Amino acid sequence: MKIFRIIAWLLLLSFVVIQFFPTAYNQSETVPKTDFIVVNNPSEHISNLLQTSCYDCHSNNTEYPWYNKIQPAAWYLEEHVKHGKSELNFNEWDELSDRRKASKLKSIISQIKNDEMPLPSYTLIHKDAIFSDEEKLAIINYMTELKQQLD
Amino acid sequence: MKQLKLKTTVMALALVSLTAMSCKDNKKEHMDGDTHSEMSHDGDVEQGKMESSNDMASNDGQMANSKQIMADYMAVKSALVETDQAKAAQAGNKMVGSLKSFDMSGYSAEQQTELKDIIADATEHAEHIGESEMEHQREHFKTLSKDMMDMVAITGTDATLYQQFCPMYDGGGAWLSMEKDIKNPYFGSKMMTCGKVEKEIKSTM
Repeated sequence: MKIFRIIAWLLLLSFVVIQFFPTAYNQSETVPKTDFIVVNNPSEHISNLLQTSCYDCHSNNTEYPWYNKIQPAAWYLEEHVKHGKSELNFNEWDELSDRRKASKLKSIISQIKNDEMPLPSYTLIHKDAIFSDEEKLAIINYMTELKQQLD
Repeated sequence: MKQLKLKTTVMALALVSLTAMSCKDNKKEHMDGDTHSEMSHDGDVEQGKMESSNDMASNDGQMANSKQIMADYMAVKSALVETDQAKAAQAGNKMVGSLKSFDMSGYSAEQQTELKDIIADATEHAEHIGESEMEHQREHFKTLSKDMMDMVAITGTDATLYQQFCPMYDGGGAWLSMEKDIKNPYFGSKMMTCGKVEKEIKSTM
């Protein structure tokens, strides 16, 4: 019995200790000129969809949930955002060449089509980020159109 | 008893913070490791450059490199023809290495800009082939093939290549092959001979 008590204490303590480890915040006030929405100027509908469902992990500005104040959730989110931005950062869209844009658009289209994005682990809490069938189609059509302009 | 508790508490605290620290250290070490390997890569490139400058033909160094990239691409293609995910992933990762050490110093500034763009794009697709499921590997292979065609248009090729095309895959998918016969990398055994030769790219050497 004693051993369980020690383990419980250990767990509690480690939980307390990791709260003191800081994480990097992904937040920015300014929207650069190279931003996807600034450059392509899509309809308000599309802009809203992108901002609600994509920008938290794919831009320089994340709207953090309350549990980002708690470790290890904050670490998990930090990794997520870092990885998301390395794959695609909408804020830096216009820094890409036409070839790279076409590649990214292809991935965007295919991942939304196959329900791989937004990530299920993200929509679990961000219910508003889930695309309805209609919204999915609107985004895919818009991205396909953009891609055709580049090809 | 109380004192014992306190002792365990303190010790646990120390242990936990130590573990946390060592985790961080590990991460750092890992990152250091990465830079080392990158540096040794650079070293390789340097060596390659020196060798090529010793050679009479000025283009030898890069041709060996674009040749290596093409060889890796063919390995990816063959694995996809066989519908072998693990083999394709391995070949994809190998290709990432060749792409990263591609020496383009012998090309004109304009060509270099274009090549850099192609290589950056191809690297991303090769990376994804290295870590994805079969279907994704094929998706990325389609764009990777386009990149390879554009690269060959600049670098040339030492072996005759066949640009082949299957209209059935995702609105049509092209690829490069060393053989005239069709072996479809997008469908494998499901539709092995779907496609036709679109273009013959003659050896430039």
